Amino acid sequence: MFFRLFRCNNPMRACLYDYLGLTNYADAHALQEQIHERRKNDDLPDMLLLLEHRHVITLGRAANRANVLVDDTRRKELGVEFFETGRGGDVTYHGPGQLVGYPIIKLAPERCDVRRYVRDLEEVLIRTAGDFGIEAGRIDGLTGVWAADKKLVAIGVRISRWVSMHGFAFNVNTHLEYFNLIVPCGISNRSVTSLEKLLCAPLEMESVVSSVTRHFGEVFQRQMIITTAIKNHEKILSLPHDPDFRGTGTRDHHRPDHSSSF
Amino acid sequence: MATDVLMPQMGESIAEGTIVKWLKKIGDTVQRDEPLLEISTDKVDAEIPAPDAGVLAEILAKEGETVSVNSVIARLGASGEAAPPAKAEAAAQGAAPVKHGDARVQPVEPLPSIPQTEQAAPQPPHAAPSPRAAAVQAAPSAKTEVDGKQGRSSPLVRNIAREHGVNIDEVMGTGVGGRVTKDDILHFIENRKAAPAAPSVPAAPVAPAPSVAPVAPAPAPAPALPVQAYSVGERTTIEPMSVMRRRIAEHMVLSRRTSAHVTTFFEIDFTNIARLREQEKKGFEERNGTKLTFMPFIIKAVIDGLRVFPVINASLEGENIVYHHDLNIGMAVALDWGLIVPVIKHADALSIIGLARATQDLAGRARNKQLKPDEVSGGTFSITNFGLFGGYTAAPIINQPQVAILGVGGIHKRAWVVETGDGDAIAIRHIGVLSLSFDHRLVDGATADNFMAHVKKSLETTDFSTLI
Repeated sequence: MFFRLFRCNNPMRACLYDYLGLTNYADAHALQEQIHERRKNDDLPDMLLLLEHRHVITLGRAANRANVLVDDTRRKELGVEFFETGRGGDVTYHGPGQLVGYPIIKLAPERCDVRRYVRDLEEVLIRTAGDFGIEAGRIDGLTGVWAADKKLVAIGVRISRWVSMHGFAFNVNTHLEYFNLIVPCGISNRSVTSLEKLLCAPLEMESVVSSVTRHFGEVFQRQMIITTAIKNHEKILSLPHDPDFRGTGTRDHHRPDHSSSF
Repeated sequence: MATDVLMPQMGESIAEGTIVKWLKKIGDTVQRDEPLLEISTDKVDAEIPAPDAGVLAEILAKEGETVSVNSVIARLGASGEAAPPAKAEAAAQGAAPVKHGDARVQPVEPLPSIPQTEQAAPQPPHAAPSPRAAAVQAAPSAKTEVDGKQGRSSPLVRNIAREHGVNIDEVMGTGVGGRVTKDDILHFIENRKAAPAAPSVPAAPVAPAPSVAPVAPAPAPAPALPVQAYSVGERTTIEPMSVMRRRIAEHMVLSRRTSAHVTTFFEIDFTNIARLREQEKKGFEERNGTKLTFMPFIIKAVIDGLRVFPVINASLEGENIVYHHDLNIGMAVALDWGLIVPVIKHADALSIIGLARATQDLAGRARNKQLKPDEVSGGTFSITNFGLFGGYTAAPIINQPQVAILGVGGIHKRAWVVETGDGDAIAIRHIGVLSLSFDHRLVDGATADNFMAHVKKSLETTDFSTLI
């Protein structure tokens, strides 16, 4: 297997990554689940999926339905999809212009600490924002990355057998008005912002992707390797696997795992 | 029936426009939507179409004049309507036609006595439609006349009146129909301060019965400033002020009239920052494509201070204090042809690198006339850096409607007393003076000084090396 080659030659663990562009939430969710399963079995190396979703509102396990402020009819009129997921956290919005990252990495043996994982993700994005001249930081008691008291990055993860899933949503050129359809992460008294809003100019997603991956490698001590294998994920999924495997589904499975809220 | 032609609003933040060229003359027939005139605003030039079909009956703002958005600049009449009262007034006075609207008032003819309204009644004897008669036709009752004058003053004039507690009805108007122009009210305020000094100045409050006649427009108030004692000739060159120059002039004077200006001065030891700059500026410029000046550090310290003293980031609206949650810092940029203050929006979200990039970007585009309208508006606090010209300090004028402005003087090496573990010593330090002009209507001296002390401490003790 190609990843074993890297393991032998290089003490730092490899992490494959790619930017997949605009991807349906359902497809991305299914892909995540399948990669996650294989990662648990060490059939795949660490991976970082970077992409954008079409307009969608998603609910985490801790979600309060009341935080969705629009009814189904209106939501459909606006072309916004809806999903319930197994990640931690409340309700959030994804859409074009927002860089979504799904690190599917094994935290064992030395990073088996959920809070540390979330803080490390925050660190990656704080450093990325810094590259663009934004001074972003954390707010005590609130997950995510903030700039001038406004939320720049939302984080919601799920960790199962010390392999991570879901991840972060970074407002780069997001259409912020869609956040009016929800109470973001259940926090009603602070607003959301984006790099574009703070810098008064849209950004090139490529340069943001490049910055994120570099800082991810630094913070998580991974060697970041770009690969087209994720785009051609049939190849990944054609590796030996259990044909009767049904996937982890959404909220109802009972495996012991850890979810971290926003 | 007359249709008013208004100065349109070309952008959210644009409050006035300048007439560049009238494309039609008085008496011309225009179709609806036919181009009527060309205007220029800060950034946008445009052709304004006629709002209706009709005859151009009155032009109230001449070429080169600047008027507020939504003020009336012309009137269209139905075809065949009679000449406007203005012509009649001119005929009656036998003098040069009074300029209309917010015109720069020309002293028309010196009149021997104050033309009190009651006295104006018998004058002028033979004009057919006398100004009084014409206006009376238009506004037969005292109440209507009063309302009419109020109603026909531009929003800018009404604002000025309100801010200075002036009853517009007491002001003699030299505009058409007794309209109070900006010059009228400014002269009125000047003379009110000058008290009863100049009885010959007709701009003094019109007698308390502005009841019947319109105030005669012809005896224009003598200018409050003395007329220069030179004559135009070989030894003088006359140059009309540019649009920007006029705007700056108006803004500065209005600011001084509006705010209770006080300036406080603090000496800052910039040595730590100067040393950091020396070490890091080359690498910084290579990494970030931007020069590292003192400004990003100063802005950072100011933002810290504004967070602790939010009243300095506020503004006054009528009787309310408006606290702004955004920190949008204006940076004055000197141009070859004037001065402009682009605004760094959300300055509190930017790092030193971000601030360095923003200041350089905005200054560069200001010099190349590439700023967008919303980049010169929305500021909540301003900074002006005149130190680069070598000066020690200055007391800047507040950028309305803000309540404070920070002046940055030259940062120079000075012999300075430093306290060391072994006692006091003299050392060479980089010292610069920061001056804060603030509006004492809202900000008291103690607040201003505490704010400046906070800024001083921030600049002198923060370890900026981790932030570059």
